[in-house]
Amino acid sequence: MGAGATIDRVGLLRRIPLSALALASLVLVTTALVLVFYVAPNDANQGFSQRIFYFHVSLAMTAYACFAGGAWNALRHLWKRDPRSDLQSYVCVHQGTIFGAMVLLTGSIWAKISWGQWWVWGEDELVLFLILYLFYCAYFMLRFSVDPGTQRANLSAVYALFGVVLIPVSFAAIRLSKEFLHPRLFHLDGPAFRGWILATYLVAQVAMLVLAYTLYRVEIAGKRLDLRLRDLKEALV
Amino acid sequence: MTNAEKYVTAAYCVVFAVILIYVLLIAVKLGRLDREVSELEQKIRQPDDG
Repeated sequence: MGAGATIDRVGLLRRIPLSALALASLVLVTTALVLVFYVAPNDANQGFSQRIFYFHVSLAMTAYACFAGGAWNALRHLWKRDPRSDLQSYVCVHQGTIFGAMVLLTGSIWAKISWGQWWVWGEDELVLFLILYLFYCAYFMLRFSVDPGTQRANLSAVYALFGVVLIPVSFAAIRLSKEFLHPRLFHLDGPAFRGWILATYLVAQVAMLVLAYTLYRVEIAGKRLDLRLRDLKEALV
Repeated sequence: MTNAEKYVTAAYCVVFAVILIYVLLIAVKLGRLDREVSELEQKIRQPDDG
């Protein structure tokens, strides 16, 4: 019942026109920016620099969601042998690495303001996210070192499934760390912020998720068109 | 502009630059696909023209 309902919701998402998604992304990102710069108050401890957090954390959560989507499609490929799942898994991982790169860049800028350094190697949260990111970068090396076909799809799927294990480790690192510099934003009893800060974060989070899904749809449409075109060329030659 | 404001602006600019580069790359790829479709159309029409 639960899995069936999830698949139905995914089916519903696929039926949303791309133009509607692009418009929603634009409206949501613009709203998020207005809230970030004109509505949300300055943080008592970090001041203005805390405003990076709204997109930085949203980007991180979106990257995790993309990697989880990659693993889910990888599982579907291995389990159901759904021919579309390999491409969907690949595009999800690709989106995850793009959003992951933005997390590292924005986080590094935040570190420079807050800690006076671009990177702190002793910080578990940062290093584990970097490991997760590099792990997924290596996914592309593996994928493109094997000829297209079932073997490549299977290897990629297994690799994407292994990678998803690193997500909870990366997320939990901040709790396991005894000496931490990275702010703790989410506790077991809820987020560590309220009011406009929470509202702005939620809008930014939804904006990033919708933007990622829009880009995913654009990329997958391009890839499918490319594959159809190659098949057509082969048929004509 | 304070130092913090400069860094925050830089962070948001980085996000939009990455997204813009990604969209540009997709646009280039779609342009290539469009050209390939046109070439295929020409190839298909050639026998009729001849």
